[in-house]
Amino acid sequence: MEFFIISMLNGVSYGLLLFLLSSGLTLIFSMMGVLNFAHASFYMLGAYIGYSVAQLVGFWPGLIVAPLVVGALGALFERLTLRRVHKFGHVPELLVTFGLSYIVLELVQLIWGRTAVEFAPPELLRGPAFTLVHHANDTLEWFWGSVDGAVCAGQGVICSPFPATRGFMMLVALLMLVSLWLLLTRTRIGLIIQAALTHPEMVESLGHNVPRVLMLVFGAGTGLAGLAGVIGGSTFVTEPNMAATVGSVIFVVVVVGGMGSLSGAFLASLLIGVIQTFAVGLDHSFVSVAQQLGMEVSDAMRENSVLKLTLSQVAPILPYLFLVLILIFRPKGLLGTREG
Amino acid sequence: MKFVLKSVAVAALSLTLASAFAQKGETVKIALIDPQTGLMGPVGMNQMRSWQFFAEKFSASNPAGVKFEMVAFDNKLSPAESLNAFKAALDQGVRYITQGNGSSVAGALIDAVNKHNERNPGKEVIFLNYAAVDPDFTNSKCSYWHFRFDADTSMKMEAMTTFMKDQKDVKAVYLLNQNYSHGQQVAKFAKENLARKRPDVKVVGEDLHPLAQVRDFAPYIAKIKASGADTVITGNWGSDLALLIKAANEGGYTGKFYTYYTGVTGTPTALGTGGEGRVFQVAYQHYNMGGQMGKWADEFKARVKDDMYTGAIPTAFNVLSAAMAKAKSTDPVKVAAAMEGIKVNNFNGEVEMRKNDHQLQQPLYLTVWQKADKKYPYSPENTGMTLAPVKEFPSYVSSTPTSCEMKRPG
Repeated sequence: MEFFIISMLNGVSYGLLLFLLSSGLTLIFSMMGVLNFAHASFYMLGAYIGYSVAQLVGFWPGLIVAPLVVGALGALFERLTLRRVHKFGHVPELLVTFGLSYIVLELVQLIWGRTAVEFAPPELLRGPAFTLVHHANDTLEWFWGSVDGAVCAGQGVICSPFPATRGFMMLVALLMLVSLWLLLTRTRIGLIIQAALTHPEMVESLGHNVPRVLMLVFGAGTGLAGLAGVIGGSTFVTEPNMAATVGSVIFVVVVVGGMGSLSGAFLASLLIGVIQTFAVGLDHSFVSVAQQLGMEVSDAMRENSVLKLTLSQVAPILPYLFLVLILIFRPKGLLGTREG
Repeated sequence: MKFVLKSVAVAALSLTLASAFAQKGETVKIALIDPQTGLMGPVGMNQMRSWQFFAEKFSASNPAGVKFEMVAFDNKLSPAESLNAFKAALDQGVRYITQGNGSSVAGALIDAVNKHNERNPGKEVIFLNYAAVDPDFTNSKCSYWHFRFDADTSMKMEAMTTFMKDQKDVKAVYLLNQNYSHGQQVAKFAKENLARKRPDVKVVGEDLHPLAQVRDFAPYIAKIKASGADTVITGNWGSDLALLIKAANEGGYTGKFYTYYTGVTGTPTALGTGGEGRVFQVAYQHYNMGGQMGKWADEFKARVKDDMYTGAIPTAFNVLSAAMAKAKSTDPVKVAAAMEGIKVNNFNGEVEMRKNDHQLQQPLYLTVWQKADKKYPYSPENTGMTLAPVKEFPSYVSSTPTSCEMKRPG
């Protein structure tokens, strides 16, 4: 049971981090029709800037400053580059963001070096958020924080602490989700953003400055990526490869969820996080499943290096398989409205 | 983004001229082909600095009287990039190459060296393998031009399980490894050796994960806990071991870890003061050897601000220069012949480059992670902890048989 709870929480927390990232990407895409290839680079920038600020004045100011700086950089990029190429159509826009991702990678390596930096979470988040104690008589008990080592040392007792960094990750992502939703549906600026999404000319003729709205949205989207960067960087590792690895997964999220759909991105993030986590626990392969179904398995098949791969071995690349399946069977994504 | 660290034009010139003279005073260029960027970058960078450090030390004094010079290439842990680097090194007139991180890379390089030497007589290249430990390289895939200075997976597992034989608290073992030749070999030899020496021990789980891809080991830790394993055997290295142990500490896993690479960059920091007495390492050296090695390690730490953990590097220089002195030449053909079966006094005792398979026979040490004290003061990454020796295995204990049928030139 505690395996299920802990795995579920691991999966959900990872999924929520993915959502924090993909929400910005989705926001930008649905507003401007621009698939921002450099989105994961803003995530990486968030991690590195957060690291540098944390070195100077501590983690918490870094958590606030880094997203603001990254958001400002994003807005600046939109104002100075993206807006200029806008009139040439979507392909140049896409190429500009693609180029930016390379420039950011090189800049990060020039400034912070090519190897990982040690970005530790703050003292407050270092211990466990709570601990599940599985007693010998098969009962579960729940404690906030850590428990005394003596409790866990008992015969047949299993303690499963859940790291506070992950709890914090979930908390921030949920807060972000709620405030984003409130912003888009309950405020004036949200209404203008939504209207500019579908009827930009109409909004413009009503006297709103649509280009400025777009700049703000781009800044907000990259700022969210920056926030995810500070949290992701301190929980996992901060190194120049982090953009590349996360970048491919968030595109999967956006496509699986449905291009431009915020709720789709939320659903897909959670799905991918949970699937990937649970897949690690499953040691089934085509061969073992076939054998369990009572099928005759030849020696050649049993030794086939692809067929004998277990689900746990392919867990890290499972999202991409998911992507291919979605593109085949439901090109518009789970909750997407656009035709694929 | 290959970058060459030193200008080499002058050295290349001197190498072509010097062939007319005896080996004394010659410059021997060694191309290092290893990752310097990416997740495994820190390990590669540390080893590059070690190579440079020992090239300087051995240039100052070695029996052959030659000078060593390093040329470093970043292969990004990719076999394809490594082959490009190999070609670039050949263009610069390099006759000795070295590599260690990733047996997948080493396999590709061995093939490339074999082909090159077959097609270019008179321009042979020797491959000094200082850390790629896939036993196949000295068995079914053995090559005359390949020499290994690390102890291979089967040797380390032999020593590790000899120790585990007497550990009564080891009852349920989990094998977690990287999904490529090295990790698969660790899992395979662990199962074979345990079945032979401790048939009562159960292997309760086995996992292979992609190399340098996993950011989050928490799901693996949850799985290991659920399996009820009291011991994990892992050949993981670099970030894969550091993140694994980080996740284990966070996830409250209290079992023991038997590892190959605890002392390597990033892992001591990830362990911190946690894992005291629970993390074991088997290797051909340890941090508290004292003597010449101790002096080198202290000097390296003072100069590079990093720990020197790749003792196979001074071993390689030691064996190579002894062979050059014996051959009275730096020509790879003569040096390779001289290196076969050579015995030298090394920092870890007398070692022998076995003639049959070119696998160095050397003593191994089992160490445990504990607080640094007066007796064992060296503290990697200033963690206040150290790897203290628990047991030493003479060469014959960890020696494993070979099936190598080597094709010798001529």
